[in-house]
Amino acid sequence: MAGAAGPAAGSGAAGGDGDDSLYPIAVLIDELRNEDVQLRLNSIKKLSTIALALGVERTRTELLPFLTDTIYDEDEVLLALAEQLGNFTGLVGGPDFAHCLLPPLESLATVEETVVRDKAVESLRQISQEHTPVALEAHFVPLVKRLASGDWFTSRTSACGLFSVCYPRASIAVKGEIKQYFRSLCSDDTPMVRRAAASKLGEFAKVLELDSVKSEIVPLFTNLASDEQDSVRLLAVEACVSIAQLLSQEDIEALVMPTLRQAAEDKSWRVRYMVADKFSELQKAVGPKITLNDLIPAFQNLLKDCEAEVRAAAAHKVKELCENLPIEGRETIIMNQILPYIKELVSDTNQHVKSALASVIMGLATILGKENTIEHLLPLFLAQLKDECPEVRLNIISNLDCVNEVIGIRQLSQSLLPAIVELAEDAKWRVRLAIIEYMPLLAGQLGVEFFDEKLNSLCMAWLVDHVYAIREAATSNLMKLVQKFGTEWAQNTIVPKVLVMANDPNYLHRMTTLFCINALSEACGQEITTKQMLPIVLKMAGDQVANVRFNVAKSLQKIGPILDTDALQVEVKPVLQKLGQDEDMDVKYFAQEAISAVAQRLRKLDFPVKDSEEPSAPGADKTHLPRPRGPGEDTGKGPAYQLHVNTRDTLPQLEIGELVLFSQSID
Amino acid sequence: MDSVSDLKSKEIKRATLNELVEYVSTNRGVIVESAYSDIVKMISANIFRTLPPSDNPDFDPEEDEPTLEASWPHIQLVYEFFLRFLESPDFQPSIAKRYIDQKFVQQLLELFDSEDPRERDFLKTVLHRIYGKFLGLRAFIRKQINNIFLRFIYETEHFNGVAELLEILGSIINGFALPLKAEHKQFLMKVLIPMHTAKGLALFHAQLAYCVVQFLEKDTTLTEPVIRGLLKFWPKTCSQKEVMFLGEIEEILDVIEPTQFKKIEEPLFKQISKCVSSSHFQVAERALYFWNNEYILSLIEENIDKILPIMFGSLYKISKEHWNPTIVALVYNVLKTLMEMNGKLFDDLTSSYKAERQREKKKELEREELWKKLEELKLKKALEKQNSAYNMHSILSNTNDELKKKPATSVG
Repeated sequence: MAGAAGPAAGSGAAGGDGDDSLYPIAVLIDELRNEDVQLRLNSIKKLSTIALALGVERTRTELLPFLTDTIYDEDEVLLALAEQLGNFTGLVGGPDFAHCLLPPLESLATVEETVVRDKAVESLRQISQEHTPVALEAHFVPLVKRLASGDWFTSRTSACGLFSVCYPRASIAVKGEIKQYFRSLCSDDTPMVRRAAASKLGEFAKVLELDSVKSEIVPLFTNLASDEQDSVRLLAVEACVSIAQLLSQEDIEALVMPTLRQAAEDKSWRVRYMVADKFSELQKAVGPKITLNDLIPAFQNLLKDCEAEVRAAAAHKVKELCENLPIEGRETIIMNQILPYIKELVSDTNQHVKSALASVIMGLATILGKENTIEHLLPLFLAQLKDECPEVRLNIISNLDCVNEVIGIRQLSQSLLPAIVELAEDAKWRVRLAIIEYMPLLAGQLGVEFFDEKLNSLCMAWLVDHVYAIREAATSNLMKLVQKFGTEWAQNTIVPKVLVMANDPNYLHRMTTLFCINALSEACGQEITTKQMLPIVLKMAGDQVANVRFNVAKSLQKIGPILDTDALQVEVKPVLQKLGQDEDMDVKYFAQEAISAVAQRLRKLDFPVKDSEEPSAPGADKTHLPRPRGPGEDTGKGPAYQLHVNTRDTLPQLEIGELVLFSQSID
Repeated sequence: MDSVSDLKSKEIKRATLNELVEYVSTNRGVIVESAYSDIVKMISANIFRTLPPSDNPDFDPEEDEPTLEASWPHIQLVYEFFLRFLESPDFQPSIAKRYIDQKFVQQLLELFDSEDPRERDFLKTVLHRIYGKFLGLRAFIRKQINNIFLRFIYETEHFNGVAELLEILGSIINGFALPLKAEHKQFLMKVLIPMHTAKGLALFHAQLAYCVVQFLEKDTTLTEPVIRGLLKFWPKTCSQKEVMFLGEIEEILDVIEPTQFKKIEEPLFKQISKCVSSSHFQVAERALYFWNNEYILSLIEENIDKILPIMFGSLYKISKEHWNPTIVALVYNVLKTLMEMNGKLFDDLTSSYKAERQREKKKELEREELWKKLEELKLKKALEKQNSAYNMHSILSNTNDELKKKPATSVG
């Protein structure tokens, strides 16, 4: 096929035209009109295929008019259509014809459903870039104007997102018009439109000339920021960031700050929340001087706001705020102007506030240095480690590494231990799960001695937790610990305890032994696995509970690659064969799966040539599904069949792959 | 915010408010012109506030207990007083309109988002009285409710007072003059119908369906667009909502005119046919109950030639396949009723059922074939493109070869 493709290409193009006429538009349109929504949706998603079949001209003259006319459908179908059309320029004949896509997208930009409209606007923005400046003014700008003066709010809302893409490439006269339209949408009667305009204000400001920003955008911004609806005002806060970035210090002070000050004290908590939430962006946008004079006092107010939501949002920003202060004088500002407020928040009445603070407060240690941390922050950390809310304690523990760098963790270990123990025994399993996840980190920072002495028993206790997710997490925790502390440590402290559980009367605990072995064998290496673990696993093959037995089969499959051939041949194989005859269906199934895996490994070792052949066929892993195979199948029949599949599936891919490589090599 | 501080002052305030309520309701001639300004100022100062964030960020109005307003002990009295004020025989809207203006109403409407059902209940009555007494505010109130609903549907999906506002609208629609203004029709089609898509429909469906039916009783020509609208938004995965939709359809059918029925019978019964074969038995059951409704039965009978062919396939199939015995029994009854309406057609359909199925299967195969061909064509075109690129490149790479020696072969 590879050879034939080259010479046939010329005639293929001619034949292609003949093929096109095989698909009359009526048949395709029938598909797009099918009664079943799902089928309609499928056809729309393959719209590019249809367009390709029709060719560029008929797509323009027949398909697009049809799509424009019949836009009354389920929103799901419309969404797919809006998305498709954004990538359709090539299918209608390239940038010269991009404007043909505007009519259907214009209708889509007016529908009620927000998701559809947003997608249509996204596609319009994309296509706008493909228009020439002339086409933009001839086709695109009129569309924006029509949308902006539409009757129903949906079209005006959509228009808001299109101004910024046409403004930079428009002529001066048209620029004036565009600004005029945007201005009127900013004071639209419908709050939905004002919200849309407010949310695009920053983006629009960025493409305007600086003078226009000052003389036109700033008044709009001031108006929106004092809108009667708080949902509009809060969007102005976002625009504030973009606008401030464009202006000089004096202009920010004169044009933006009065409004921002007002927003930080707005009577609606949603607006104040927004200021808190955007604080870092605002801080960067207005620069260090205004930050010191204005933003820090505003921040202090937000930290003691009457609504917990606002305090929590501000607390989240404490670290970023401090980090971004100018290094000179930073320490003094933090110590005098921020820390007193933080101290208050440590004992806030609301747990979300405390937990927000706890998630960032440790980051202050690096900024303030060793002495300040010990004197001022440490007492706060210790208080938070004793907080009644587990989330607060967890957030402190999860960020210990920041403090470790500055003062070492020993300072905290006295308080740390009771906190960890308490969390480890928390009644909520999610809390226990969270603390387990930090164990490897803690182990690394506290060192092996401290760990053995204080935490090891906790880690072992989790193995017999009554929640499976905890036992599961506990096993993978052990593996990570072994990776940290090494095999010798594992052999002395962990492995014996794990193996003892193999005799536990509770079958769930016996299974945990198997799960631990699965997790640990690789980290522990061949010797420990063969000498200590394998005998226990083999012994458990005689367990009276079927779940244990089939997990034995799974474990043997899992640790097979670590064992040497002798052990596999002499010890593992007979046990698996016995399990393969088990009376329980599941045991049999997993035993057979393990047998074929083990057999494959043994065979690979016997015929190393074949071993290197197999992976060379790409796609082998994908096409070969792991399914149980009969023992007879893998004597040679299997690979032959597999190879056959591979040749068929990968050839066409390979060709294309080669072609791509060729063209790249030219560049 | 803090319900235990300043207890003494709070008690004084409560007692004073009580006294005021008592005073306006037992005395006549006490609402004098000079008092209006202060009264409205007092009410505004007490009830207008930015509603606090919900204690429970994942508040689910269907499941969770609402957070009650901490300042209710005195806010309640303010509302009480406000109502007595509005309802007093001495109350004069012509004076009050200077103070109860658009801005006032706007703030009042925002309070409908309160999580406290007691507050919303008061607001409902208050707004109803204002709508009744202030003719100049009516259009404004409708427009603002419109905006609240649109924001609810398309932006936030959250507003606690939807049911209360719909209840007021129900009585407003009732009073619309005929012919209906374009504005009202637009409200029906662009706001009320899309509202059916809301996640929490169960909380206000009764009120919503009432509003829709009110519209149809006013103007029967709206039936077709309304039913088509409902069919467009028909729930795909939520069977609880599907049952509500079926309930609303039955309410509409109860008042439908036979001429209107003819216009929508085809799409409507295609949907009903899907519902009766739903594997969720409540959906199937609710749809089959239509056949217990005398009026609907008479409509079906009149149009049996159209409806029977639509319904037959699903009914026939589920009479054999549905897992729920109650449904199977109901389906048998329905089939029997339909057979009695037109035995000849019923027999024809029974005998052609198999052929019909086979035709459908064939059509399905043809569709697959079509798409397969289209895919092949696409692949071919892609290859052509690749090949022409390949030819170009091989020419170029040959020249390259001569210049630099084996750049292309190293890749190939």
